[in-house]
Amino acid sequence: MSTSRKSGKSPAGKSTAPSAQLFPERELRRIIDTVLRLAKTTGADETEVHVDETADSLTRFANNAIHQNVAEHGLNVSIRTVVDHRTARATTNRIDEDSLRAAIEASLSLAHSQPKDPHLLPLPGKQRYRRVNRFLKDTAALTPEERARAVRRACDIAIQNGQVAAGIFASGLQQSALGNSRGLFAAYRETHAEFSITMQENPAASWAKANAASVRAFDPQRLARRASEKAHLAVDARELPPGRYTVVLEPAAVLDLVGFLFYDFAATALEDKRSCLNDRMGKPLFGKNISITDDAHHPLQLGAPFDGEGIPRQQVALVDCGVPKNLVYSRSSAKSANKKPTGHGFALPNEYGEAPMNLVFAGGDSSLEKMAASTDRGLLVTRLWYIREVDPYEKVMTGMTRDGLFLIEKGKVTSAVRNFRFNQSILEMLRNVEQLGPAVRATGEEAFEMVVPAMKVRDFHFSEVTKF
Amino acid sequence: MWDLCTNALDTARLRGATYADVRMMHLRQRDLTTKNGQVGTLAQSESIGIGIRALAHGAWGFASTDRLTREGVSACAGEAVSIAKASSLAKRGDVEMVPEDAYVDSWQSPFRKDPFELPLENQLALLLAADAEMRRIKGVTLTEAGLQFRKIDSWFASSIGSRIHQRKLITGCGIAATSFQGGEIQKRSYPNSFGGQHALGGYELVESLDLLKHAPRVGEEAAALHSAAQCLEKTGTLILGGSQLGLQIHESVGHPIELDRVLGQEANFAGTSFLTLDQLNKLRYGSDIVNVVADARLEHGAGLGSFAYDDEGVPAQCTDIIKDGQFRGYLSNRETAHLIGLKRSSGTMRTESWNRLPIIRMTNISLNPGTWDFDDLIADTDDAILMETNRSWSIDDRRYQFQFSTEMGWEIKGGKKTRMLKNPSYSGITTEFWNSCDAICSRDHWTLWGTPNCGKGQPMQTMGTGHGAAPSRFRNVKIGSAFSNQ
Repeated sequence: MSTSRKSGKSPAGKSTAPSAQLFPERELRRIIDTVLRLAKTTGADETEVHVDETADSLTRFANNAIHQNVAEHGLNVSIRTVVDHRTARATTNRIDEDSLRAAIEASLSLAHSQPKDPHLLPLPGKQRYRRVNRFLKDTAALTPEERARAVRRACDIAIQNGQVAAGIFASGLQQSALGNSRGLFAAYRETHAEFSITMQENPAASWAKANAASVRAFDPQRLARRASEKAHLAVDARELPPGRYTVVLEPAAVLDLVGFLFYDFAATALEDKRSCLNDRMGKPLFGKNISITDDAHHPLQLGAPFDGEGIPRQQVALVDCGVPKNLVYSRSSAKSANKKPTGHGFALPNEYGEAPMNLVFAGGDSSLEKMAASTDRGLLVTRLWYIREVDPYEKVMTGMTRDGLFLIEKGKVTSAVRNFRFNQSILEMLRNVEQLGPAVRATGEEAFEMVVPAMKVRDFHFSEVTKF
Repeated sequence: MWDLCTNALDTARLRGATYADVRMMHLRQRDLTTKNGQVGTLAQSESIGIGIRALAHGAWGFASTDRLTREGVSACAGEAVSIAKASSLAKRGDVEMVPEDAYVDSWQSPFRKDPFELPLENQLALLLAADAEMRRIKGVTLTEAGLQFRKIDSWFASSIGSRIHQRKLITGCGIAATSFQGGEIQKRSYPNSFGGQHALGGYELVESLDLLKHAPRVGEEAAALHSAAQCLEKTGTLILGGSQLGLQIHESVGHPIELDRVLGQEANFAGTSFLTLDQLNKLRYGSDIVNVVADARLEHGAGLGSFAYDDEGVPAQCTDIIKDGQFRGYLSNRETAHLIGLKRSSGTMRTESWNRLPIIRMTNISLNPGTWDFDDLIADTDDAILMETNRSWSIDDRRYQFQFSTEMGWEIKGGKKTRMLKNPSYSGITTEFWNSCDAICSRDHWTLWGTPNCGKGQPMQTMGTGHGAAPSRFRNVKIGSAFSNQ
């Protein structure tokens, strides 16, 4: 395969690394058509083809200097064949006809090895999709030199303040196309950019991060300054006893915790009785101020507007005023439940079914400042870390605070606090939300990006304290 | 393969690289899973490409491509050098590497039965049979079984003259039963949670673990946990089963000894380490009986951290990490070794795939066996909780404070296992925990466990690591805090 790239000149006049380009959509369609043509000769009853292409770059820095700087280009062709009520998938990154034929045959060989599945559905036919435009030329054209200069400016802020910076500046392009032997064809492309920075002022640290389709949606220097100011505030942390505290959770902290809730909204998860929503649908579960929608077309979301079978993603109201109202369905789980598919299925075959991937919380009119001002005694939480599930039905999660935990007293941030371990039920937490900020696109490290607000939560349970 | 590697190195040199290395890799994987008596995932994949690392203007650049032609590889090598030059716009000194010899070698991990060559029907039949055995048990509401096979070829070449081909065959398997009852979800797994056991080797690993034999017990224990007593909150004696101890080693020894973390290179994501450079040879990490090694050599075992050479062309080694309780060593690479006074890398640079930069990684980080027989250890213990099979794990970003919970616990009273306990958990501070170790079982009870899902780096890389462990006893441990306030 070819990777066409354009070259440019840096302002210093030196040669520069090229920025990546993707194949035109017609080339992906050609690959799909080739597979569908070859599959006709192999005995497959039906065939589905995914083509995914990425061109990503990431500049990584630590100790106020770039230490890793990478670029990658890759294209995968994933083929699912159906034969006599059996299905299986084979994937390759080689796109010559021999390799594609070998992948088709591998898929068929896997399919033949299993018992018939009487519930296996035929492939879907043509679908209609709402267009989304998430491909930004300026982001696609970002060069290593531009990332390096932005990193240098961020590191200069650290050096000026006697601090040490570490982080990443990443940008990339990706596209997906899906076609099948019943005439379905779907295609999507996007750009993405991300800047994340940790500022360390011994022994403390703080952090800021942004992620968007456009590199112009955030300012790396502004993020660097914010992390720098908070790192300075975080020095001289005092130890507080564990216990229940009112917390003001920044959006990233909310995101990384609630991110563990949403696989439970899969219809298959309820059928498997591994969801916390078993026996709880339609009953008040969260506070009345909690409403959550899955919406792939929301302007702050990224991701394809179709699922792993090519079904258009629908907007689904998951939680309405504290009551879990709807689940998401793949074609298979929808048929079992006598519902319509919502366009949330994973590529088949798989055992997990589906999941909402474009979550949007309803926000409120508060702000971090208002939340702090209304708090007599509480904690401001920058982010959470290493979150894992302790109790799957009560949705008790454990994890640590990280990179900036601050005491609020009589409406003001008064000091830094040593990091806590929490053991907290997400269900209980979402019953205890007192204030919400506006919903923003948040990014963290434990969950995929969502549109979530900052939250003020009462009685958040911290069980132990660490040494810093 | 070697022609393309040489082409990449030549291009990198001509474009201005003072050092370069390349990894061409061909990865093949097959995944088979069943759920509730039906086939779940049935898929295989292959990926081939080349990753090129270049040092130019004293800084690193890395580029990768799946376009395996002379033109494609040359363009990729040129891009790696250009990126290195861009890196030098924000450097604070030139990269220095400790010397290493050049090697020309070929190596293959040992196996007896290649799973890619065996009938798929038999593999699926085994999973469906184990699945059926678990589903026979009343109260079991979800059954899962899985097999995973990986074959990885890598061709490493460097500008100092190394040419190393390695082939690894990796096998993994496991089963799990879940029971939902009365507003509670309980689960049991075998031989380990989160996918089971993984190691270098072939289908003989699957046969040796006898999934079918263990399936009824797994189902029975999942159902029985609902009526078991809740593990109480207290400070007391803890005995850890081998697989849980393996994960304890991974999180509280393996990660903090990664020298890139110690030096702040992972500060933005994976975190740093409490093991600052001044702690080397001074810190009492554990009690006198605690001896931990980082051993990538095959003689240590066919673990997920075993190889002949790392992805920087350095031969596999055994490094003392904790010796008689004292902290003795880090995991290093050619760039960081000199910072701790070493003349040579400890050989721990590893990459997930051709499109990822090698970074410092755990190899097999193992607790050396002790002298106790397991039955004698139980008999010697008056009051304790025995915890088996990980359920959740979490540790802070400097690797001090941890909390683990396991699928099942047993109360030990008067030297005997008495009753089953549900929802067991324990927590602590790393060095306090390891210093409280007073008994380690013998080699007869020692297993080299595989952790196939260790995440690190940006972009994220998932790596398999090995952890040899035998059941061990720890005193004065905080038990039960995960459920203390629910």
